[in-house]
Amino acid sequence: MSKVKKKIKSIKIDLDKCNGCRACEVVCSAFHANPKYSSNNPARSRIRLIRDPIRDVYLPVYAGEYAKAECMGRDKYVIDGKEYGECSFCRASCPSRDAFKEPDSGLPLKCDMCEDLPTGEKPLCVQWCINDALICEEREEEVEEEVKLEDVETGLESMVDKYGLQKIMDTVARMSMSKKG
Amino acid sequence: MRYAETGFNLEIDLSRGNIERVETDPKLTELHLGGLGTNAKILWDRVPPETEPFSPDNLLIFGTGLLCGTPAPGANRTIVTTYSPQTLLMAYSMMGGFWAPELKYAGYDKVIIRGKSAKLVYLWINNDKVEIRDAAHLQGKGAVETQELIRQELNEPNAQVAAIGLAGENRVYTASIEHGRSSASRLGIGAVMGDKGIKAIAVRGTKDIYLSRPDEYLKLCNEVLKYIKAREEKPVPGVMPILAGLGSPQEMKHIDEKWHTENFSWGNSRTRRKEFWTKEVEEKWRETQLNARTRLISCYNCPMKCGAIISLPGMSTYMMKCFSKLTYAMAAFSDLDFGFRIAQRAAEYGVDGFSTPQIMAFGFELKEAGILTDQDFAGCPSDNEGKFYWLLDRIVRREGIGDVLANGTHWAAQQIGKGAEAYAHNNIKKHEQLPLKLGMLNPIYFLMYCTGEKINITQIEGQFPQAPFPTMEEREDFVKDWIHVPDEKFKQYLLDWEMRGEHSNPYYPTVDMSVDIVDWQERMHYIDDALGICAGLSSFPLKPPYHIHNYPHFISSGVGIDMDEAKLTKAAKRNRTLIRAVNVRRGLRRADEKPPEDHWRKRFPELEEKLLDAYYKFKGWNNDGIPTKETLHELDLDYVAEDLEQRGIMKNE
Repeated sequence: MSKVKKKIKSIKIDLDKCNGCRACEVVCSAFHANPKYSSNNPARSRIRLIRDPIRDVYLPVYAGEYAKAECMGRDKYVIDGKEYGECSFCRASCPSRDAFKEPDSGLPLKCDMCEDLPTGEKPLCVQWCINDALICEEREEEVEEEVKLEDVETGLESMVDKYGLQKIMDTVARMSMSKKG
Repeated sequence: MRYAETGFNLEIDLSRGNIERVETDPKLTELHLGGLGTNAKILWDRVPPETEPFSPDNLLIFGTGLLCGTPAPGANRTIVTTYSPQTLLMAYSMMGGFWAPELKYAGYDKVIIRGKSAKLVYLWINNDKVEIRDAAHLQGKGAVETQELIRQELNEPNAQVAAIGLAGENRVYTASIEHGRSSASRLGIGAVMGDKGIKAIAVRGTKDIYLSRPDEYLKLCNEVLKYIKAREEKPVPGVMPILAGLGSPQEMKHIDEKWHTENFSWGNSRTRRKEFWTKEVEEKWRETQLNARTRLISCYNCPMKCGAIISLPGMSTYMMKCFSKLTYAMAAFSDLDFGFRIAQRAAEYGVDGFSTPQIMAFGFELKEAGILTDQDFAGCPSDNEGKFYWLLDRIVRREGIGDVLANGTHWAAQQIGKGAEAYAHNNIKKHEQLPLKLGMLNPIYFLMYCTGEKINITQIEGQFPQAPFPTMEEREDFVKDWIHVPDEKFKQYLLDWEMRGEHSNPYYPTVDMSVDIVDWQERMHYIDDALGICAGLSSFPLKPPYHIHNYPHFISSGVGIDMDEAKLTKAAKRNRTLIRAVNVRRGLRRADEKPPEDHWRKRFPELEEKLLDAYYKFKGWNNDGIPTKETLHELDLDYVAEDLEQRGIMKNE
């Protein structure tokens, strides 16, 4: 099977380096304003700092997919004795919280890695985080070109595995004869 | 359309329970910029000079800087203005943090509070919805604790809260307003907030702040960020660590406290301990600091890390910055562990970390001198640390001798009498100063100490090195990339400044040069305080990212006001002069403008008079420190001249 190259952009978030300044929120909301940079408003940002200084919680989270409904159950993580609130690590714009929604319309927001920027430029949140809590990493991965199987084919393949091709062909022939007859 | 600012103030009358959103005059932005400038204008216009600080007619103004809430790094300062119960003059304490930008996003440039509430309340500003809410359940709660409780009860983790503690509720003259890792501490503004019956102001805002020419503005912001990064990688050589980099003094980052512990005075600003900083002390303090410090943190939209989260076993977590790390420890002749622990209690009580430790040390000195008695200290434990906790508790509750000391060293000494005045030796204009006692008079610092309207040296110094560099090579190296000077002559001043001989203190820098240097230093502070940019990125450190050459572009492109260096310099002068006029109207005169008598061992009365004469003349004031009619006219402040004339303060010459 042939191999293809795929670009994967990821942001490495180093919580230990975050000083909690929210410059990422400022510049994100400015970049996505229309016209660009004409206004800023952290409530519109596609990155949000979940910040609770007394408990030393400093957690930048990016806006991900829109979710129509909230989860049936919610998770609380405890890491090194530090408890993170429900949904802290979740990227969804969902009915359970205010984050990642336009403050006026309530429409969902999603991080687009500042796709309007010229190629090679890092997302603005990364550029403005000079403490390097946000590092943009880009890598290319070679992936096998997948041949997507149809549902029937997938099912048949598993039957072939189990009974052998000859038996399946015989069965299909007999079935089609009897249907015709 | 207003840019950078919202164009609206929130007016709250607590006596009547009235809340109004009032549009402001854009002309005032042109004249005074914002922040401190427009605060001073409101105080001048609306609070007559006869008003007592604890009168319902006194205003308590929370002003945001003009650039707060824009993407300019470090634009996050709240300037709180009122009449000080301690100095009786205008107080303007400032705080960083996240409060000012949040207020901007809620749609307001200032919150102006008048009247008094009969019951303890807090304000909840949630965009257009503003409520005066009962705070009976918060009475006596800590200032840090209160912020948390309010966020919980509002179910709004993103609300930014500024609160007072017990000290503010009890109108202690050194009461602060606390907000996260920041506080507006000096001059007793927390006492005025307590007097008005406000426990806290919580804010949440989700609106936009606009820019006039956004592309240009963002380019300037990017240059500032780039400069900060490069500057941090290249500390200034030949100066102490806390002055080598940017930010407010990096007390949370650095362990090395040789300079402070050996040059600043311990106790009631009395004793220098020249051999204090030994290897053993350094090791112990290092361990204490690294164990206590959970994380280095910043204010809104600023890459610096001037603050820290402090967490020690057996006490609740709090946040600290700057010099309060040392003030309690040094007042009590104790160590850093004690310093961190008592500062936690002090932050919850909400008191100023500069004045309060000195007031306590002053109290114990009076006891040793027999001026205060054992009876005054009945119940006080005998161990050194214990007695400081005990006295702090008395002061914030105004119990017994604490009630006297709660008014600060000046007023306490007046009340105690019996020669106590001599022990209140470290004040300027009734306000406690840094515990610093030096040898040779420095003419630049002499002027700043005497004439600073903030009455706090750290809020007026900066830009120009505090001492000459020993070698010409170092000086030449320093001036090489000194792009910040408003005029090339400042480079020569520094190049010629020697440690000894003819070109050294006190006669060099000369009188005129000293006036020039002070003028530059204070100009930058006045601009910062109007724009809401932190002094730590501008007027305080050496070679900062913001300076007189790039500031006009920020204002032009951000606010849409045509600005150049001359116009900005004039606006700063206008604000500086207006604040002087506010204080002159409240009685400030030349006789009040003097440093603590023992600040320098070697004094030069004749030179000092010449310095003040020249400074006043340069500022366009008369010889008593009162702005002249011509100066006021030049600065579009004719109404001030008229008022001063009517009151007989300024003779119609």
